[in-house]
Amino acid sequence: MDVPAGTAPGKQGAVEHVVVTITDTNENYRCRTDESLLTGMHRLGKRGIPVGCRGGGCSVCKVQVIAGAYEQMRPMSREYVSEEDLAQGRVLACCVRPLEEVSVAVIGKLHKSITRPGQPAA
Amino acid sequence: MGINGVLRPGHAQIRVLNLEEDAKFYREVLGLEEVGRDAQDRVYFKAWDERDHHSVIIRQADKAGLDFFGFKVSDNATLNKLEADLNAYGVKTERVPAGELLATGERVRFTVPTGHVIELYAEKKDVGNGLSYSNPAPWPAQAEKGIAPTRMDHALLGGGDLDGSRDIFINVLGFYLTEEVVAEDGKTQIAVWLSCSNKTHDIAFVRAPEDGKLHHVSYWIDTWEKVLRAADLMSMNHVPVDIGPTRHGITRGATIYAFDRSGNRFETFAGGYISYPDMHKLTWPIEHLPEGLDYAQRKLHETFLTVFS
Repeated sequence: MDVPAGTAPGKQGAVEHVVVTITDTNENYRCRTDESLLTGMHRLGKRGIPVGCRGGGCSVCKVQVIAGAYEQMRPMSREYVSEEDLAQGRVLACCVRPLEEVSVAVIGKLHKSITRPGQPAA
Repeated sequence: MGINGVLRPGHAQIRVLNLEEDAKFYREVLGLEEVGRDAQDRVYFKAWDERDHHSVIIRQADKAGLDFFGFKVSDNATLNKLEADLNAYGVKTERVPAGELLATGERVRFTVPTGHVIELYAEKKDVGNGLSYSNPAPWPAQAEKGIAPTRMDHALLGGGDLDGSRDIFINVLGFYLTEEVVAEDGKTQIAVWLSCSNKTHDIAFVRAPEDGKLHHVSYWIDTWEKVLRAADLMSMNHVPVDIGPTRHGITRGATIYAFDRSGNRFETFAGGYISYPDMHKLTWPIEHLPEGLDYAQRKLHETFLTVFS
């Protein structure tokens, strides 16, 4: 059976919980250090970071890490996360796990794709 | 009678962020059969009841999404004619040599206005479904391995100029419109379902802010019972589910939307109805998209119109 996509393999023995704060809403939740920021939020039924593909492909869960150490667990689509983004802590919440208490601001959006008649889709 | 011209969807090439992780997913969880790898390190799969060599190809890349979507046409004369028709319609085409994809003949490749690369081809090696062409058993062992769809069925693609892509499929390739979602003005199409067969859709387009986007590749399974079995397998294997299990109002299919390991949405679905080209189209005003999408919950899932790869 596969390890959950948002779980780091081989870390189950030393699981810790750390507090993650979403600064936009001041929502916070306890996230395991072996699961992604998004998996931790989603599993507890918390809201704040949009939940999309959960596989690093779509960008709706993009966040700016403001404080705290984290580690990339999975590849993220280069279409949405550039080298510059990575260097600046702009990452997909489904692909990084917290190493300590972390706070993030939400960048990703569920952009409306329905356009009004007569307007270009943009 | 005749389904001729464009016969059916034949292949989708999908980009993945971690080749072996997704190869395992497509093989063991979705339950496709791995049929080969090529010099470019692409991995080829077929669903168990497909007879042609492959229908899904995955490729390691640094971004997710769809490289191209191909349709099989009835023969080489048809391929030549459709290429000439496309050119006459103002669509530029190029030829991809036979063998560039394993076991596949020459392909005609073109880009539609929504930014998607579409291919037509006439020849792909018949490798069979593991059952005899004389006195066959109803299913092979592979039919119970993983979710095990019988075929890759269709794709929903997202882009800006839906009208332009729709027109090429209808005016040149012989598809017909089965269902549509229309905006508040009663005219502007937000999404269209197009058929080249008796299926409710062989390809569909949704108006989206970015071109060339994949909404989902869909896989056919036989029954609602097996849709629920697919849901069990997804949860057992920690597959991120987007919507369902539920029934679409649109096309009436019983469905689950979920994501592969790289965030490419896929669908496992069953049912629907038999469609014919003379049937009146079905229209879903945008305010009824919730039940069009999820008839059971009448819920407008925000991800449907916003999450693409």
